[in-house]
Amino acid sequence: MTVHIPGALRSYTKQKSEVAAEGKTLAEVLAALDCRYPGLRFRIITEQDTIRPHIRIFVNEEQVRDLSVAIQPDGQIQIICALSGG
Amino acid sequence: MTPSTKATVQRAAIGSVVLLIGTRKGAFILRGNRTRRTWKLSAPMFLGHIVHHVVLDPRDRRTVLMAARTGHLGPTVFRSTDFGKTWKEAKTPPAFPKAPEGQNGRVVDHVFWLTPGHRSESDTWYAGTSPHGLFRSNDGGVTWEPFSSINDDPQYREWMGTVQDGTPDGPKLHSILIDPRDPRHLYFAMSGGGVHESVDGGRTWTSIVQGLEVVEGFDAATVTFHDPHCIRLCPTNPDRLYQQNHCGIYRLDRAVGRWIRIGKNMPKKVGDIGFPMVLHPRDADTAWVFPMDGSTVWPRVSPGGKPASYVTRNGGKTWTRQDKGFPRADAWWTVKRQAMAADVHEPVGLYLGTTSGEVWASRTGGTSWTCLARHLPEIYSVEAAEL
Repeated sequence: MTVHIPGALRSYTKQKSEVAAEGKTLAEVLAALDCRYPGLRFRIITEQDTIRPHIRIFVNEEQVRDLSVAIQPDGQIQIICALSGG
Repeated sequence: MTPSTKATVQRAAIGSVVLLIGTRKGAFILRGNRTRRTWKLSAPMFLGHIVHHVVLDPRDRRTVLMAARTGHLGPTVFRSTDFGKTWKEAKTPPAFPKAPEGQNGRVVDHVFWLTPGHRSESDTWYAGTSPHGLFRSNDGGVTWEPFSSINDDPQYREWMGTVQDGTPDGPKLHSILIDPRDPRHLYFAMSGGGVHESVDGGRTWTSIVQGLEVVEGFDAATVTFHDPHCIRLCPTNPDRLYQQNHCGIYRLDRAVGRWIRIGKNMPKKVGDIGFPMVLHPRDADTAWVFPMDGSTVWPRVSPGGKPASYVTRNGGKTWTRQDKGFPRADAWWTVKRQAMAADVHEPVGLYLGTTSGEVWASRTGGTSWTCLARHLPEIYSVEAAEL
């Protein structure tokens, strides 16, 4: 599947706005991403495996809050930096 | 413990001074020449990051660690081994352990404080976080391990309280100090949550709050009510500590065993509330504070809009106002606990960063001040280092 990377995280992906990743769940996809782009996961997921307060993750345009959600091989994942004030 | 000669070898420096500045929107370096008369400001580093602390490792004078996060992205530590030319992120930044299923674990919101380890432990660093957490790195800041003896201890967790119990920007673990005579002798402070000491490298800890006052109506015997803002350990006499607290300015001589409120000798209309405290590198009787308005709703600005440092040269018996060069009125800023520092020159240079984004310096131990930089973002930390 394709993962859309926000500008704030592209320093990890060598400025790529889209990267491919594999996994049956969101947790597996994020783990795979972190293997390729070390450090990326912790900036958006806490040590308690929760999505950070100003990060939103959409799977096929639907917001998800749980890393256990299943991902289809042709799925689209969007990581969004939500507004966080001046 | 008796002071050894190893704790008294701080000689006046002759090199150039650099200021490492952490702000709400990135980090900056101000480089001074040898006379400390001309300064050059760097371009912003990690522009847009919230940088709470930037610290040069005095053991190699090349490694710099930076505590950073952004409004969106979680906390991390950036590390440079070439004095800021290039940076790498910590492999495992400070983080609390994953809680067992069904329990709520804690989450590091930001890394607040960085302290290089003892000079005999070249790759050791300590970090304090918000919410309260103490961490250690043994590899120069690449990986970080929590101190379970603090972070998971039921008594300490009770003293830490919840996130709601902390300061407006979150509860802070700060002022991590290392006895220059003994790498196992550590101190740290929590806002609020008291001052604590270990003599076995952090395996066990003892609270040292005797003599400290708390907000009226609360019980001073309860550690959680103690709100230290900044603790400093005298380089030339590690058995003496100074403290700027929510409830006054204090000195602790270990032989005496209790904190003495030396702030009572400050002018009444200024008071003895503030955030930072800075010590002379060679004189254990000399210290500086930067008072703020702690009355009514705690405006946290310079009292009366008239900024000034205050110096004691006799261990707190008397204080002298130092406002030459500062605005005479209408300056409604203050200085945060990590944003005031001293160099090791003679006379001692003092540096401070304001909540309004200005950097001020004195080449004469505070007798006169000049502005080195304006229009920076809100300044969280200033560290003076020798190159």
